[in-house]
Amino acid sequence: MNNTPLQIPALLSTLENSLIETISERKLSNPLMIGIRTGGVWIAERLHQRLNFEEPLGLLDISFYRDDFSQIGVHPNVKPSQLPTTIEGRDIILIDDVFYTGRTIRAALNEIFDYGRPNQVVLAVLIERDGRQIPLKPDCYGARISLEANQRIKLTGPEPLSIYIQSMNEAA
Amino acid sequence: MTENLQLNSDGKLKHFLTIEGLDKALLTEILDTAESFAGMSEQQVKKVPLLRGKTIVNLFFENSTRTRTTFELAAIRLSADVINMNIATSATSKGESLLDTIRNLEAMFVDMFVVRHATSGAAHFIAQHTAPHVSVINAGDGQHSHPTQAMLDMFTIRQIKKEFAPLRVAIIGDILHSRVARSQILALNTLGAAEIRVIAPKTLLPAHVETLGVNVFHDLTEGLKDIDVVIMLRLQKERMTSALLPSESEYFKCFGLTPAKLKIAKPDAIVMHPGPINRGVEIDTRVADGPQSVILQQVSNGIAVRMAVMSMAMQARGNG
Repeated sequence: MNNTPLQIPALLSTLENSLIETISERKLSNPLMIGIRTGGVWIAERLHQRLNFEEPLGLLDISFYRDDFSQIGVHPNVKPSQLPTTIEGRDIILIDDVFYTGRTIRAALNEIFDYGRPNQVVLAVLIERDGRQIPLKPDCYGARISLEANQRIKLTGPEPLSIYIQSMNEAA
Repeated sequence: MTENLQLNSDGKLKHFLTIEGLDKALLTEILDTAESFAGMSEQQVKKVPLLRGKTIVNLFFENSTRTRTTFELAAIRLSADVINMNIATSATSKGESLLDTIRNLEAMFVDMFVVRHATSGAAHFIAQHTAPHVSVINAGDGQHSHPTQAMLDMFTIRQIKKEFAPLRVAIIGDILHSRVARSQILALNTLGAAEIRVIAPKTLLPAHVETLGVNVFHDLTEGLKDIDVVIMLRLQKERMTSALLPSESEYFKCFGLTPAKLKIAKPDAIVMHPGPINRGVEIDTRVADGPQSVILQQVSNGIAVRMAVMSMAMQARGNG
């Protein structure tokens, strides 16, 4: 399973095309792009550049919004979220690296809505894998794959950005 | 006993009662976690849902403005429900009545007590007797310990000076009555500061103070040489039961920090004070408001450090 066919440039191109289509379909006007730390920001930085967005990228650290605080506690060295002054009424493109259970996105949406009420939120991820646990799913993805329960997608970066699949026993 | 009482079976901080018995790794974890929360103050929304649904009682048997307010703000920013109880009490009514207070509050399904008490050991006492699911944070007990103040001071020092290893720190003034000084000395030694000096008249030093791992000076001019961090302490007149000083003006002349005295320390030395400050008694107004003073930065950092300790203790509770 380690020799994966996942190639960053191809995934990014697919995601970019899908995102362009979605922006037009959903009629996103002057969308604000927000990346979720850490992997999501790496992906967002690239898309932000490719799509020539002028407004700076928003950065979201969802550590304080996680639903597993009582089990794992607070991670030291959480970076502050950097969102623009107005979220109210904005069209938002939320970017993450991997969509798995959906819990990260739940946390990200809660944090965004604490800042204001956006008009629309579109979710774009590099990879959507199976294992959804809550009723959320991405609007755009670079690839959709099926993995065993003990397998994880690992992104390393920011330069060079690479991706591989690891089994949990290797990770330990 | 003290050390074990503070930690759960996984070695996580369940109660925060004293710096004593906590190792460098744990103190550093508190500082790193506080760093995360300090970043939040840059955000437009300064509140996170970490402790939503948890109930925290600020149990203040002794007056406090800064400490109680920052504990309250810390709890609110973590989304906990917080109740402030200011209980004026005489020192003699400690034993049973304190326990009764605790039992009654426990019956209201409280998750955490933040305790300030004029009697040394009060927070320990509560931690020993409270229900297993309740965490206790010491917000100052008698002349014994004030661990969150010490940690916010350590946080402020690290923020500016980056590392503890090369630092020479002077703690000046009423060491005898200061729970803050005791906690600071323990924390600085654990975090590996190069030298800790206490500078005070003999009457304001506890007996055998040098056994805490400090160098003792009775002359401010001599003690301030090569110092990186100057910590001034408040003259605790309310705790002085005997004539320990000739007069306040005499004290200021010998131990008050003036701009001229501060020049003896390193040029980039910072000046700290846990507050409340007595201007013209232990510190000159020009120093308190001067460019080397980080006194207000200490107050801001108090919120982040208290958020860190509260969230760590709340999390460790479950596995106790």
